[in-house]
Amino acid sequence: MDYTLLFVQVINGVQLGLLLFLVASGLTLVFGILDFVNLAHGSIYMIGAFICASLTFYLGNFLLALLVALPLTGLVGYAIERFVARKLYEKDHLDHVLGTFGLILVLDTSAHLIWGPEGISVPLPLWLDGQVEIFEGAVIPTFRLLIIATGLGVAAGLVWLVNYTRLGMLIRAGASNRTMVSALGIDIKTLFALVFALGSMMAGLAGMLISPITEASIGMGGEIIITAFVVIIVGGIGSMKGAFIAAIIIGLIDTLGRAFLDSLFELVMSENAAETAAPAVSAMMIYILMAIILALRPQGLFPPKVR
Amino acid sequence: MNTIGKITIAGMLILAIVPPVLLLSGQAFYMDLATRLVILGIGAVSLNLILGFGGMVSFGHAAFIGLGAYAVGIPAYHATYGEFEMVASYNGLLHIALAVGFSALFALITGAISLRTKGVYFIMITMAFGQMAYYFFLSLDIYGGDDGLTIDVRSELPLINLDSPMQLYGLSYVSLAVAMYLVHRMVNSRFGMVLQGTKGNVERMATLGYNTYYYQLLAYVISGAMCGYAGFLLGNFTTFISPDMMHWTRSGELMFMVILGGASTALGPILGSSLFILLEEILSSFTIYWHLPFGLLLILVVLFIRGGIMGLFKNMGGSSK
Amino acid sequence: MKKLITATIAATLLASTALQAAEVKIGFVTTLTTGAAVIGKDQQNAVNLAIKHMGGKMGALDINLIFADDGFKPETGKQATDKLVKQDDVNFVAGYIWSHVLLASRKSVLDAGKFLISANAGPSPVAGKLCHENFFSSSWQNDQTPMAMGEVLNQKGVKSIYVIAPNYAAGKNMVAGVKRTFKGKIIGTDMTKWPSQLDFSAELAKAKASGAEGLFVFYPGKAGGAFMKQYQQAGLKATLPLYTTFTVDALSLPKFQAAKFNDVLGSQFTQQWDPTLDNEQNKRFVADFRKEYGTYPSFYAAQAYDAIFLIKSAVEAVKGDLKNMDGMRAAMKSANYPSVRGKYTYGNNHMPIQNFYLREVIAGADGAWTTKVVKTVYEGHQDPYAKDCAMK
Repeated sequence: MDYTLLFVQVINGVQLGLLLFLVASGLTLVFGILDFVNLAHGSIYMIGAFICASLTFYLGNFLLALLVALPLTGLVGYAIERFVARKLYEKDHLDHVLGTFGLILVLDTSAHLIWGPEGISVPLPLWLDGQVEIFEGAVIPTFRLLIIATGLGVAAGLVWLVNYTRLGMLIRAGASNRTMVSALGIDIKTLFALVFALGSMMAGLAGMLISPITEASIGMGGEIIITAFVVIIVGGIGSMKGAFIAAIIIGLIDTLGRAFLDSLFELVMSENAAETAAPAVSAMMIYILMAIILALRPQGLFPPKVR
Repeated sequence: MNTIGKITIAGMLILAIVPPVLLLSGQAFYMDLATRLVILGIGAVSLNLILGFGGMVSFGHAAFIGLGAYAVGIPAYHATYGEFEMVASYNGLLHIALAVGFSALFALITGAISLRTKGVYFIMITMAFGQMAYYFFLSLDIYGGDDGLTIDVRSELPLINLDSPMQLYGLSYVSLAVAMYLVHRMVNSRFGMVLQGTKGNVERMATLGYNTYYYQLLAYVISGAMCGYAGFLLGNFTTFISPDMMHWTRSGELMFMVILGGASTALGPILGSSLFILLEEILSSFTIYWHLPFGLLLILVVLFIRGGIMGLFKNMGGSSK
Repeated sequence: MKKLITATIAATLLASTALQAAEVKIGFVTTLTTGAAVIGKDQQNAVNLAIKHMGGKMGALDINLIFADDGFKPETGKQATDKLVKQDDVNFVAGYIWSHVLLASRKSVLDAGKFLISANAGPSPVAGKLCHENFFSSSWQNDQTPMAMGEVLNQKGVKSIYVIAPNYAAGKNMVAGVKRTFKGKIIGTDMTKWPSQLDFSAELAKAKASGAEGLFVFYPGKAGGAFMKQYQQAGLKATLPLYTTFTVDALSLPKFQAAKFNDVLGSQFTQQWDPTLDNEQNKRFVADFRKEYGTYPSFYAAQAYDAIFLIKSAVEAVKGDLKNMDGMRAAMKSANYPSVRGKYTYGNNHMPIQNFYLREVIAGADGAWTTKVVKTVYEGHQDPYAKDCAMK
């Protein structure tokens, strides 16, 4: 066993997991508090990536662009809440799924119209574009370490926000008892809009972070959104802790599957068949995991206590 | 007869007459469109049984269509290229048996697990099972994986030649009518009453002494098997299968067809699939950005049209009921 | 309502038959939606330029060109093809970027007795067992380009490589191609999910750990940009040199240049065409393309441009008698038209027998990044599947 390789792959898996967490945390926040299924969350991830990519060229620096793009993506989220999502809250989940499915088509095509089909390659500042050697042979691109750090930072920030701030208290109260919050003189509509915008910023942040690696491109939200849903379902809808743990598990399964499954398969089948089967099976493993967990615990690993 | 009944009969008559006339006047393409529409209509009817009448929002129904199509493609592939003599066959009856059997089995297993969950968990777990099927066929290199599988020889059925577009359409049309009739009978039977009862209130049905889980599971299996049969037809129609048929977006489209036409009505799913296919065809001929108006329409339907197109009809002729 | 529909359809039917006489109808299937639409747009531009250069006519016939979108999916591509064949009743169906789309669609065209011209995809079956008298390629067979790259690797004295490619028809052919000619050892192969996987961290780590002397990859379209970026971020340039086919192209170079991604300069890949090839047709094509659209044409564009001229040569050879299939077939088989790659011939399977060049990315005279020819790798190269084709 090559332990250096294993270490590198685990880091890769954790990085993917934290990126998934960024997408899933926004989703679980909106889902848990507003009881709203938002399939278009992935499209906001894409819009965030495009806004940041465009700004990178305009402002000349990726990190600066990211800081400006974050509130802008929040605004886009706010607009979506105001004009579409808000009207859907009262309807059932089926309507949420269909309405936001329509929203995906609208947002993806709009991105095609605005930015063209070619996608944008995002340059990084030099100090982020290199590699870090953690120990002999274990070389990790610096930028991927930044993603890990950001993911952990956001996780900590969310814990603080939800548990120790007034906004967080209102959010928790709003989730369990809407009338009570309204009685306190808080405008529940504004609160919900804020939560939606915050969730959108999280998705946007994930998109911005991945764009220097994969480019900003139309349709990039389509795959990640389903994986993010798997994450929050496995973790338990509305649970931040659940989303975090499930995201890391799923990131590791996906990466380690791609890394080692083919060698495992080669023990029982031809090399060619193994090469083909491994990526699909590692993708399938995520869903198998979800099915097993839901079969044993129909509300996910960490069902929230309220409701 | 009430308005809805009249509309249903009129709709079915149009489907019986117009496409064959078009084919005879040399418009083979429109016949293709009609065949696709009728076959997806069967899928939508099957989904309507559980979604509309049973309140089970299955977001993975496209998997059954794919299973049914592969039930044609895989035996035909081996009959053409050898290996796996056991399954190698062009026999359409065998294909139907495989399509219905495997779909029912898949529905039984996944339904048994999924039905333990409720609400949004149910939506997502059915989607997950759909994606599992999608990735499973993606990994089968021998049947083309990503590239899909071309069916060189269509299923051979007694009396019917599926190579003839007219006969294929005839079979699809009759199948659709039978599917609608079956769903109609089921919904109005005691089984259907219990099923519709679970949609409103599971607890009440349980206290009335019904084991709702088994009623729901049975409905899920019947729906899956019916959808698998639609897959058998679709495979024979397109003569090409790819895992893409099972992708979650396809399941979303099926759901949209049901809602667009009007869930828990007999004709709704057909109206939905017709309008869906025609809109897709018309919009995409105008612009490559057709997804934009299509998506807007989807949002508008969800926001403003209660009960889909059938709901509109009901409102118009509401007094005659 | 019913009457209205039948009446409208009858009217359009009449109108279309009346028009049909004096035109040649060409359907062009390419990708116009999704991120891969950038390739489709380039091909569309090239086709429009070709028609402009022809003055909108092939002989005495007007050109009626219909673009169709394959949505980057075999199933959608087949539907689009069916429509072109059945509703529009085109004389030629051309295009096809993706091998799996071509494989799904070929039967619809050929069964209807129409000509099928691939302007890019060249999957092995259509060159071998499934070869057909009405199928022609204006590009290459998939294996050829990586075979040339394998030869380059041998010449450079590379002893071992690691291979990463997407898991679809063309990806498999690329791997098979390089395996055919590369004399060293292939230490490992990774086939990735296509087209959804764009993050290659796990695969790059494996390649690095394998200790191979070189890395061979194939990632067309936007995945190519993503791969190049991650390869650079992983800092592998010194230890694991990269050899590619169809991964860097004129579509991604402006993006790389805008992002000041200087590592791409100097990277090498093999191809049957280059904008600097010295012939009249190519000079005019490249110059006018740049004038019209502001960028260098990609190889996708070059092949699409060729496809339209190939069709023109067939139509003119039979003096516009589009019923004369034999005449048009013979004309195309002779490849007697000005190709932007220079003169080539067709093998028994109607795949080009042509030169392959090693191209290198450079900053052009006016600063825009482009490529030049380093050397000729193969002269008159034929694909390895021709022998499996029953045609003479």
